[in-house]
Amino acid sequence: MARITMREAISQALWEEMERDPSVFILGEEVGVWGGTYAVTKGFYDHFGPDRVRDTPIAEAAIIGATIGAALTGLRPVAELMTINFAFSAMDHIVNEAAKLHYMFSGQFVMPMVIRAVGGGGRQLGATHSQTPDAVFAHFPGLVVVAPGTPEDAKGMLKSAIRSSDPVLFIEHATLYQVRGEVPEGDNLVPLGKSKIQRPGSDVTIITYSKMLEISTKAADQLAKEGIEAEIVDLRSLRPLDMDPVIASFKKTNRAVVVEEGWRSYGVGSEVVARIYEQAFDYVDTPVRRVAQKEVPLPYNRNLEQMALPQVDDVIRAVKEVL
Amino acid sequence: MEKQEYLDLYYQMVMIRLLEEQAAQLYQQGKIGGFLHLYIGQEAVSTGLISVREPRDRVITAYRDHGVAINCGIPATEVMAELLGKATGCSQGKGGSMHMADVKKNFWGGHAIVGAHLPIASGLALGDKYAGNDNVTICMFGDGATNIGYFHEALNLSKVWNLRVLWVCENNQYGMGTAVERASAVSEIRQKAEGYCIPNSRVDGMDILAVRQAASQAFEFIRKESTPYFLEIMTYRYRGHSMGDPERYRASEEVRKWQENDAIGIYARHLLDDKIASQEELDQLDALVEAEVAEAVRFAEESPEPAPEALYEHIYVDQQFGIIT
Ligand SMILES: Cc1ncc(C[n+]2csc(CCOP(=O)(O)OP(=O)(O)O)c2C)c(N)n1
Ligand SMILES: [Mg+2]
Repeated sequence: MARITMREAISQALWEEMERDPSVFILGEEVGVWGGTYAVTKGFYDHFGPDRVRDTPIAEAAIIGATIGAALTGLRPVAELMTINFAFSAMDHIVNEAAKLHYMFSGQFVMPMVIRAVGGGGRQLGATHSQTPDAVFAHFPGLVVVAPGTPEDAKGMLKSAIRSSDPVLFIEHATLYQVRGEVPEGDNLVPLGKSKIQRPGSDVTIITYSKMLEISTKAADQLAKEGIEAEIVDLRSLRPLDMDPVIASFKKTNRAVVVEEGWRSYGVGSEVVARIYEQAFDYVDTPVRRVAQKEVPLPYNRNLEQMALPQVDDVIRAVKEVL
Repeated sequence: MEKQEYLDLYYQMVMIRLLEEQAAQLYQQGKIGGFLHLYIGQEAVSTGLISVREPRDRVITAYRDHGVAINCGIPATEVMAELLGKATGCSQGKGGSMHMADVKKNFWGGHAIVGAHLPIASGLALGDKYAGNDNVTICMFGDGATNIGYFHEALNLSKVWNLRVLWVCENNQYGMGTAVERASAVSEIRQKAEGYCIPNSRVDGMDILAVRQAASQAFEFIRKESTPYFLEIMTYRYRGHSMGDPERYRASEEVRKWQENDAIGIYARHLLDDKIASQEELDQLDALVEAEVAEAVRFAEESPEPAPEALYEHIYVDQQFGIIT
């Protein structure tokens, strides 16, 4: 086990997969000479060369379109979208092509491709650069959408994503890159589409993922001091969504809070709560609560932005409301 | 041109430079957050362009917008206050560095999605065409922005609909760390306008008088012919793309070379050589700007933060669409 940052974990996964399989290559804005805007691909250009670490023009539709095309020929491209906010410029290629081709042509088209995209707020980047639109992408059948919250999962899931034959949107959080965690050495694959209990507890179930795993863990630490034991289920994948650990936990605690960074309306929590009610209605003691971003475009001003983002106290309050 | 006008151009360029140098320091001190894209090196472009627009002509640009804001007449105090996220900023602290605007001054904003404001410029010009006036919309963007689809869709539309848009590509040689030749099939970007039959020219953006002249001719042409025009303005940014750019993509020697040809320096020499202004007058202007920048910082620092209620203001015009808390 080594204690490494999320950035190192993602970087290692890419590096090891590129060493292992010559059909894996990277493309995106500033991934090469610059070394990646978040320094994830630092050193790659010099080591793997410009053919396998391709700097692209600012042209998201072309980046994703070309990723699809290259994947159709059997390559395994890993496209980097500088931020997930720019995925909207490539929306047709993500939802109308990547998510559809395999189905529409009855399996003739196979796209072993990964789109890495950085999301999340909290850095005062203003309304257009701070979004967490994960649920939007998870809406579309045909896409795999994952958003790991620990270095171990990030490394293991990115490796699985690269080896997968389906298009995977791999969402990273801009404020998690420095977070450290234990990561097993070697070729450790973490499956896609599997939720995981990150922290055992008996009083309440907190369902969350990505950055909000960090926030929820802090909340659980504080609650523990008051004698409240929260069980945290990390979804890790939004599509496919693995409800088994959620339902098992809920049947034990009968109480749940869903914590997500995106907006509440039509969000991840909406889906999780609906499925809890569908699958475990008899176990509901109190209405499940949702903690999410205030429903405003994120403002630049630091105080306002922090007001809008889910905080540790919001999670604690919601937990106490369901107890 | 009157003497006062000459001096005013100098004043505006120096204002942009000193205000941004100050902003860079405030950023280092953590008083400005998010991204901060400095315009230092490119001052002559927007100063020259906007100096020849009529107040009724609209201006729209990308996120590198502080200079444009100043040129459009937003006071330094309000620009600085926006950088600090204060209620007194031109976007009341909600926009920040990348999103400044003042519609009363016909400045339609800084826009942070590369290329996304180009089709909007076509729409602004469509509004004016619909109204039957001959206002011009000035749309500024970088070299990198000419590689995204929005650029091509917007240019095509402007020509097909005969819209009065002055397309201005600020070719500062790089889109982030990517040199023009590495990202664009044509390195002379104005050639892209040829593809849409939009008349075009290329001008030296370190020479403010050349920019002014090219812009006035373009305005005249656009108004008369009711058609778009495309200007490629050659320029250079001295600082990193945003703060914290490792600048691995260019040599410091290259930056130094451009700085030797600095637009403000060239212009000052011209004013002195042609006896339009004395060194003393220029020094006085420098001192005036310095004082105004200091005042802008004081104003911004002492201004109030936006009220918490501001979080829920301006989501919709129609209040009954409601607030979800
Ligand atoms: C659609 C989109 N893709 C990527 C980005 C990230 N980005 C911001 S500025 C920039 C470079 C733009 O270069 P250029 O158009 O030449 O303008 P300059 O910064 O040189 O003024 C990039 C890639 C973005 N904001 N929007
Ligand atoms: Mg540029």
